[in-house]
Amino acid sequence: MGKIVALTGNDAAGTAMVQIKPDVVAAFPITPQTELMHKFADAVADGEVDTEFVLVESEHSAMSAAVGAAAAGARVMTATSANGFALMWEIVYIAASNRLPIVMTLVNRALSAPINIHCDHSDSMGGRDAGWIQIHSENSQEVYDNLIQGVKIAENKDVLLPVMVTSDGFILSHTLERMEILDEEDVHRFVGEYKPAHTLLDVDHPVTFGPLDLPDYYFEHKRQQVLAMEEARRVILEVGKEFEKLSGRGYGFLEEYQMEGAERAIVALGSTAGTVKQVVDALRERGERVGLIKLRVFRPFPKEELLEALREVKVVAIFDRSHSFGSFGGPLFTEVRSVLYGSDISVEVLNYIYGLGGRNISLEEIEGVFSDLQGVIERGGVKERINYLGVRE
Amino acid sequence: MALRLKELAQKKDLLSGGHRACAGCAGTTVIRQVLLAADVPVVAGCATGCMEVVTTIYPYTAWRIPFIHNAFENVASTISGVEAAYRALRKQGKIDREIKFIAFGGDGGTYDIGIQALSGAMERGHNMLYICYDNEAYMNTGIQRSGATPHGAATSTSPAGKKIPGKREFRKDLTSILAAHDIPYVAQAVPSHWRDLMGKVQKALSIDGPSFINILAPCPRGWRFKENESIEMARLAVETCFWPLFEVERRTWRLTYKPKEKRPITDWIGRQGRFRHLMKEENKHIIEELQANVDYKWEQLLKRCEG
Repeated sequence: MGKIVALTGNDAAGTAMVQIKPDVVAAFPITPQTELMHKFADAVADGEVDTEFVLVESEHSAMSAAVGAAAAGARVMTATSANGFALMWEIVYIAASNRLPIVMTLVNRALSAPINIHCDHSDSMGGRDAGWIQIHSENSQEVYDNLIQGVKIAENKDVLLPVMVTSDGFILSHTLERMEILDEEDVHRFVGEYKPAHTLLDVDHPVTFGPLDLPDYYFEHKRQQVLAMEEARRVILEVGKEFEKLSGRGYGFLEEYQMEGAERAIVALGSTAGTVKQVVDALRERGERVGLIKLRVFRPFPKEELLEALREVKVVAIFDRSHSFGSFGGPLFTEVRSVLYGSDISVEVLNYIYGLGGRNISLEEIEGVFSDLQGVIERGGVKERINYLGVRE
Repeated sequence: MALRLKELAQKKDLLSGGHRACAGCAGTTVIRQVLLAADVPVVAGCATGCMEVVTTIYPYTAWRIPFIHNAFENVASTISGVEAAYRALRKQGKIDREIKFIAFGGDGGTYDIGIQALSGAMERGHNMLYICYDNEAYMNTGIQRSGATPHGAATSTSPAGKKIPGKREFRKDLTSILAAHDIPYVAQAVPSHWRDLMGKVQKALSIDGPSFINILAPCPRGWRFKENESIEMARLAVETCFWPLFEVERRTWRLTYKPKEKRPITDWIGRQGRFRHLMKEENKHIIEELQANVDYKWEQLLKRCEG
């Protein structure tokens, strides 16, 4: 069985990688991802893994080498943050479009400028249309669990899409938490051996990767990516169930926390979900009907599951730790509102943009949001649809 | 393997016909000569550019070997990844064959946008051969100037205008930059001297570690000459000492071919439309500058080769 340890988010991710033992890891240092790579470098230096560790000269080359290695038939992992992710951008799309099951930890950090090393989700949200499966983590345990599941989801023959597992920069990456790690053998058995159908190293059966694809075929290939994302819905649930058998920790698209009879709810991603839980517990003690929907999977977006979770809710606040400048609300807000439109569910939806550049979010602020939601119910109307939490105006 | 024409003619061309390169394209000739020189299975990559576009229009491919195109600036890092995967899987006993890795990039993808990825791959010591097919401009996008375009040449973005007569800057000496990486093998070649080119490829592939060969690939469209003159343009580049044939093997510089008589640069540029404006009286000084630069680089090379 596994054992209980105290690890930071970065060490949890590094430990998952060491246990998965990918064939190739290509990476470039960027705060706050660095310690994750230190952890892995130690394992390489001590011979705990025999991974080919390619220490490239940029994140662009990290993702490029990952694409080459994955096309060659290797199990490939990498990790980055913010600007590093932005530098990879071009190849992030190419990895997904070539259907290469690369698994990446994205240690969330605010994008420049101004340069800032702390957490927000501008990096992962910016990559939401790149064709990667995107799984968010509330704590170190989930970073670890999600990475192990990520490999199995990505490599499923009906999916073959890259997976990004997020970890809130500093809040998770540099914070020590109690968690359980599995036996290495169990991890191996769980992820299995990667056996791709076509590889560059199968020299007797030469294939061409990445050809020029013009208007006569491009659209069909994009459509296939859409279908692969749809297949991923089933596979994410299957893998989550299988992981529960192994670890006792089950995973789906989202977690409904104290949602039984909840009239007011918050939808949040990542570590903030943990903070909201504490507020929900306190308010429930006082008899208030509040709850949390923690979204775990952002891509593919869990439309049906979210609608079901919101069915009895009167008013919901969507927490966005990033902004889409000039749009009507943050990315999670627009997504949630879009799936609600045309459904048979009637719920007021408010947006709270918070925590940009690592700005802390307090228990009091979250409690304040629940009060706002109560006000909407009592007034029967919304004053401000898009709100900014914890910013000096 | 010895490079005998009779035997080479029996070998299967690893780049099939039917691709969509322009008539007279020396780029495809370069790829065929390079692949013909290989005696072990090869996996190739190509940067975005002419060669990638003309050889791989879906659902067709001209490549009879495993091939990957990723993007413009990253063929060196892409092949780094392929080669790393090979080492990983070979270590685990999942592959037991010897395979070689070749990255192809044009001058745009190598001198300019891809130089960082190339430099990184060479520094990391991947067992790969990087071939630059240098046609001296961004030909695929419509003949724009690159870091490899010669001084005075007219391109779409350095036209021969009323005020500015072609490219003002001199070309980058990329082969020397690669030699400065202290990798095991660096060379320059041309398709007109095919035995020299293929011998260099064989040497590069026999070495454990990174190697780089810069190969001039005359482009009839971009340089403005007749389609049946590509090989002649390559030969003249060598005879004028604009494109010397040499190799740097473990830091030792060696000339692999020395023209009997160094011909004036006008013998080469005079045959190309991209330099036509230089023949005007008011632009004669540009020819002098070009010649002076060729002379300087040639002397510098001779000194390096003397050791």
